[in-house]
Amino acid sequence: MQVEAADRSVPVHSPAVKESVWTRNWREIKKSKHHYILMAPYMILFFMFTVIPVVFSMILSFFYFNMLEFPRFVGLQNYSRLLLGDDVFMIALKNTLMFAVITGPVSYIACFLFAWIINELSPKIRAFMTLVFYAPSIAGNVYFIWLIFFSGDAYGYLNGFLMKTGFILEPVQWLTNEQYILTIIIIVQLWLSLGTSFLAFIAGLQTVDHTLIEAGSIDGIKNRWQELWFITLPSMRPQLMFGAVMQITSSFAVADVAIALAGFPSVNYAAHTIVTHLMDYGTIRFEMGYASAIATVLFGLMLGANLLIQKLLRKVGE
Amino acid sequence: MSVKTIRLISGTKKLNRSFTVSFLLFLLLAAFGCFMALPLIYAVNNAFKPLDELFIFPPRFLVNNPTMDNFFDLFSLMGNSWVPLSRYIMNTLIITVVGTAGHILLASAAAYPLAKYRFPGSKVLFTIVVLSLMFSAQVTAIPNYMVMSWLGWINTHASIIVPSLSFSLGLFLMKQFMEQIPDALLEAAKIDGASEYRIFWTIVMPNVKPAWLTLMILQFPMLWGSDGGNFIYSENLKTLHYALGQIVLGGIARAGVGAAVALLLMVVPITLFIISQSSVIQTMATSGMKE
Repeated sequence: MQVEAADRSVPVHSPAVKESVWTRNWREIKKSKHHYILMAPYMILFFMFTVIPVVFSMILSFFYFNMLEFPRFVGLQNYSRLLLGDDVFMIALKNTLMFAVITGPVSYIACFLFAWIINELSPKIRAFMTLVFYAPSIAGNVYFIWLIFFSGDAYGYLNGFLMKTGFILEPVQWLTNEQYILTIIIIVQLWLSLGTSFLAFIAGLQTVDHTLIEAGSIDGIKNRWQELWFITLPSMRPQLMFGAVMQITSSFAVADVAIALAGFPSVNYAAHTIVTHLMDYGTIRFEMGYASAIATVLFGLMLGANLLIQKLLRKVGE
Repeated sequence: MSVKTIRLISGTKKLNRSFTVSFLLFLLLAAFGCFMALPLIYAVNNAFKPLDELFIFPPRFLVNNPTMDNFFDLFSLMGNSWVPLSRYIMNTLIITVVGTAGHILLASAAAYPLAKYRFPGSKVLFTIVVLSLMFSAQVTAIPNYMVMSWLGWINTHASIIVPSLSFSLGLFLMKQFMEQIPDALLEAAKIDGASEYRIFWTIVMPNVKPAWLTLMILQFPMLWGSDGGNFIYSENLKTLHYALGQIVLGGIARAGVGAAVALLLMVVPITLFIISQSSVIQTMATSGMKE
């Protein structure tokens, strides 16, 4: 952001408030020139690949566009088709909400609970347990190893175990049966979900001010549960809010695991999510306007859920 | 001249919890620890299983006669195909190293002014970054594809690397961590006549090493596990994760080789985390959202 210094730097004596605000801002912008230059490379990419695409996607959702012909304005037609006429989207929406409602809160509570228990261990064991719980989320997307556990033939571990112990006589098709597939994806999703927020909670617990805890015990806090609710949680509120954002965002974005385990498309769309629906229209059918409408709905859901939960979390321990 | 670090207090006991409750909690921890670790232990074991042990009924969890055959098979198999395995490894390395190093540099440069100065637009920009943590990259997938094809970057490594440089979680964490750098340190340098760039490079950057490692541990696995998505279709530009997918699709005859590649894919990020764990935790202590 280069500044043209010459013509604007004439001192302005005009009494108009608006003008003086602008000149002051301009002077500050010039003064912080170096800051803008430092930020420029990141911000240009950030706007190019995140901010502008979100806005562009919203605009595109009002058009019919197939990458070949010139976009044609269709008003709300994409949305009415999506919300009223697309049965598969309804399945995707139902599945996505179910994943979000289950994996979101469960993984969030698990992140905190395990961080809380681990925090009481000696430093060496704590480091080890942190690794054990965090490792799956960074293990290079190797969640397909779950395929062998739930494999539909007798060589699958679950089938092998259940057949040997006599619970079932014939192998169960875990991954193609609509009854089981959602549960299995939720299990694997939870396995992957102790990520950034888990680390943030561990770090947050280690920085809770111990004088507060001592003061609390004088003020009549009797046990660890009261200490957790009245002291630990409120002093960790910033981390709790950060963790919530991480868990909510990822719980709405389930797709890779569903595709790896159930295939794409899955049997009767049993494991179809908003993201896989988006991929279907965006990368296979090339209905970009319609896909953008799906993306905009997803954006609204994620942002809405996040802002709502932020509001609720602000009340913790108040 | 070092940043005031956060004191990490070990969890000494202050209040008693009943023995039964403590016992149950640790039992819970142990049970879920097994749930977390078993698939990975299984993956490690599988990579060393000879072929007959891979297809035994009932299936066995641990390896009896460990062998390196799978790894030799992997290299002979991939050495003979028209795209050698080393090519996939090289592609993954290029994407991961350039993407991670570039991200740390760009995010730090942007985080420094945001953390330490107020200037027109600084608040708005940071708010947008925080908001962008609240939706995932899939939301922008469609326009991104168009931007890539407009730039002519489809089927190049740049299509994976460049967008990843502006990953917003990295900027957020770096900015929160940099806020701890004492202002006095920066003022002193300014009085000595150092430029902003010099301050950033010689004072700020060396002081935020824990945050570099954190950005690395968040960025590295994402790129390392990338399969190239919809952007890369030339075989000689594909990544290791993509190759793994192809091997797994090859069916049971390739099960051993698949296990060897899976081990390769998971060992690297996990090792990095073991090395950088304490720095990462130190950075995460400042990760909180204030409003």
